Amino acid sequence: MLSCKDVSHIVSESLDKQLPWHMRLKVWFHLSMCRACQQMVQQMELLRTTAGRCSSREGETVMTERETLSDEACSRILKHLQQAQNDFDEHE
Amino acid sequence: MVDSPEKQDVTKPDPSSWLQEYGDALYRYALQRLHNRDQAEDMVQETLLAALQARGRYTGRASEKTWLIGILKHKIVDFIRKQVRESPVEDIHALSDTAVDSSTDNLFDARGHWIHPPRDWGDPDKLLRNHQFIELFKGCLKRLKPAQAQVFSLKELAGHSIDEICNELGITATNCSVMLYRARMGLRHCLEVHMTNDNPGEFQ
Repeated sequence: MLSCKDVSHIVSESLDKQLPWHMRLKVWFHLSMCRACQQMVQQMELLRTTAGRCSSREGETVMTERETLSDEACSRILKHLQQAQNDFDEHE
Repeated sequence: MVDSPEKQDVTKPDPSSWLQEYGDALYRYALQRLHNRDQAEDMVQETLLAALQARGRYTGRASEKTWLIGILKHKIVDFIRKQVRESPVEDIHALSDTAVDSSTDNLFDARGHWIHPPRDWGDPDKLLRNHQFIELFKGCLKRLKPAQAQVFSLKELAGHSIDEICNELGITATNCSVMLYRARMGLRHCLEVHMTNDNPGEFQ
C-alpha cells in the first residue's frame, strides 16, 4: 500500500512525465479511498494552472504586469551602456 | 545611392533606445523567472551590454524585442545554473528518492500520513480570477528556497522540459524531480496556511 507521502511524490512526478500503468493504478486505488490526497491532487494541478495563467509567450505576466524598471535602475543601466558604447567606439 | 539612411538605421540598433523601448518588458520577463528585483535589473543590464557587443550580428530577421529576449533567456539560465550550483549541498547533490527530506517531512507523520490533511480550496476558476490569490501565489513562490523557485519557474512558467532543465542546470533528472516536488509541496503548504490563517474567508 502506498502512503500519502508516497502518493504526493508520485503525483508530482506525474505532472512531469508519463508514469507506468501499474503505478497509476496504485495511485488511483489510494485516491479512491483518500479524500486528503484527492485534495492534494487538485491543489497540485491548480499550482500548474496558476503558473500557466501567469505566463505568456512574451513573458509578460499577470504576476509582473505592473512592474517596471525603477528610475534608478534605468539611469544606472544607461550609464553602463554609454560607458560600454564609448569603449566600443574607441575600439573600432 | 545604394545605401539609404533608413537602411543604416535598421542595421545599427541604438542601445539606449533599447532600454527605453524594451527595458520594462525585459525586466518583467526576468522578474517572472527570478522573483528578485535586483537580480532582474542586473539581467537587463547584462542583456543590453551583451546586445551592444553583439549588435553587429543582429540580422534584423527577428524583431529587436525577440532578439533581446533571446539573449536574456541565456543570461537567466546561466544565472540560475550558478545559483543552483552554489545552493546548499543537501539541496541538490545529496538528493535521491530515499534521501531524508527535512523540508517536507514535517508534513507527514512516521507512517506517511498527512499531519494536516489538505483542504478543499473551492472552485479553481474562481481562485484564478481572484487577484489576491495570484498575489499570494507570487508571495509563496518568493518564500521558497531560490533554487527551488527557479527550477519551478523554468518548468511551469517558462515551459522548459525536464530534459532541458537538466541540461541547462547540469543536474540529474532525479535532482530536478525532487526540487520540483519540494517547490510544489512548499507552495501548496504556503498557500494553504495563508488562505486559512491570514485571510479567513477571503477565498470562498
